[in-house]
Amino acid sequence: MMIQLQAMGIVFGYNSSRILDDVSLEIPPGKLVSVVGPNGSGKSTLIKCLDRVLSPQGGKVLIDRQDISKMTRKEVAKNLAYVPQSSLRVFPTTVYDTVLMGRRPHIGWLASTDDDEKVWNVLQLLGIEHLAMEAFTELSGGQQQKVLIARALVQESKVMLLDEPTSNLDIWHQLDVMGIVRNLVQSRGITAILAVHDLNLASRFSDRIIMMKQGKIVSAGPPSAVLTPENIAKVYNVEAEVRNNCDTPYIMPLSQIRDGGSKRTLPASRRRVHSHGILARLAHSSR
Amino acid sequence: MDRFYPTQFDVDELTSRVVWNIRFPRIMGGLIAGFGLGVCGCVMQAVLKNPLASPFTLGITSGAQFGVSLAAVLGVAVAGGPYLLVGNAFLFSLLCAGFIIGLAAIKGSTSETLILAGIAVNYFFSAMSQLFKYFANDDQLRLMTSWGMGDLAAFSWSKVYLLVGIMVVGIPLLLLKSWDLNIMTSGDDTAKSMGVEAEGVRTYSMIITSLIVATIVCFTGVISFIGLVAPHMARLIIGVDHRFLIPASGILGALVLITADGVAMNVIAPTVIPTGVMTSIIGVPFFMYLMLKGKKKEFWT
Repeated sequence: MMIQLQAMGIVFGYNSSRILDDVSLEIPPGKLVSVVGPNGSGKSTLIKCLDRVLSPQGGKVLIDRQDISKMTRKEVAKNLAYVPQSSLRVFPTTVYDTVLMGRRPHIGWLASTDDDEKVWNVLQLLGIEHLAMEAFTELSGGQQQKVLIARALVQESKVMLLDEPTSNLDIWHQLDVMGIVRNLVQSRGITAILAVHDLNLASRFSDRIIMMKQGKIVSAGPPSAVLTPENIAKVYNVEAEVRNNCDTPYIMPLSQIRDGGSKRTLPASRRRVHSHGILARLAHSSR
Repeated sequence: MDRFYPTQFDVDELTSRVVWNIRFPRIMGGLIAGFGLGVCGCVMQAVLKNPLASPFTLGITSGAQFGVSLAAVLGVAVAGGPYLLVGNAFLFSLLCAGFIIGLAAIKGSTSETLILAGIAVNYFFSAMSQLFKYFANDDQLRLMTSWGMGDLAAFSWSKVYLLVGIMVVGIPLLLLKSWDLNIMTSGDDTAKSMGVEAEGVRTYSMIITSLIVATIVCFTGVISFIGLVAPHMARLIIGVDHRFLIPASGILGALVLITADGVAMNVIAPTVIPTGVMTSIIGVPFFMYLMLKGKKKEFWT
């Protein structure tokens, strides 16, 4: 199978602290890939480096074997679309205008009727055409997320990068948005790479999961291989029970693991794992 | 009128000359200056992603004011003769803008850095002007104060041509970027992901706007209100697409400025109130009315 998106040895950091430390990955086309990991593990930074929103200090990103650092931004935008976690809007625009911005890499000064049609098709596809003339800032979180996905869709790129698309949504909208992405991957053959916090959502919708900790990839592969109690303990310091629900692992977090003050410096393999001591404060939520 | 319809109108030579050489340049100059200030305000608000930004956020006015003070008090100027004040104002306003744009280029031009740097520079040059004012004699003080209030009286045809020239080049260059400006109000990350070189567009827009504004300001003095408010008025009327918003801001800027100037010249004639003062006196109530009229909290939707 042809390798579509490839990252080789990406290093990124601010001043002395390294956020991404030699990250390499290969993502075949037409897959839904989730990047999971604790806060500050570099998920969002990785997504931004893949889209050259941030320029990594080392390593390179290849799409169809072409180095994106040698492309113009417009070319990158034609190949990779990025859905931010939320969008800043200083001066409110309508949903239609917001989505039309996604056509920027393809159009000059005037939007053609063709662009117009593409925007409407995408709005219809996501079932938000009735919102077209509403102000973007007045929509609910779920609706805004769909608009941002629509904007990325009209970019007509092969790869879509989503930065925590479900983090502000209720469970209905979480399923809705993940379902939309899943359908797009299946029907249009695009690749979607998502940063996600919810392991169960990732497990349920993804073809592959990449698990990160402190800027490094700890484990990668199909959900059942990555989402094991051992990996979760290693990466999140959380003791969890994993149940297999029709080949989809389901994670129940049980308790936090406390292992003294030297968490960050000790290599993971030498860390003592307290599996017995269930602490008084249980971590109920998986987020 | 007798210039265009010599047969229909019979106007004596003196009136004709006054109208053609003094009033007309003033009106044309006012229209063009208002247009330019409106356009530049609109662009600055977009690239700095801040509704409080105006062409003067980059410290252009205070720089120009300092240049004028320097010329008025010490007689130090880059150009002699009639361009004593104008030359200094132009030079120092560009110096200010250049300093801030340069800072942005070195340190990474996020909009917050730019606004903060602009305000800091503003304070610095205001303080320097104050210092000169403190030591100035009455004549010098009068010159500095009247310049600071903004006036359209200085326009002659040659200056109008110069302004038109700068804007005919500059404004289409800004309009070319109107798509990018639309997208940049969504934030730099989003803009970059859609193929817009955010920092590049910001520096490019700021260089052009500061050139236009410096040219206007050195002839008119400080007329700051237009650049802040004309874009907001335009947004209330036609929405936020910069392809239309840029020209609309310009037209509104021109209208407000020329109305204010008309009132300023006639309200207590023969005394002419400085245009800059009148612009704010007329513009603020109008703006407040537009703000209150909208039902929504975010008034420019």
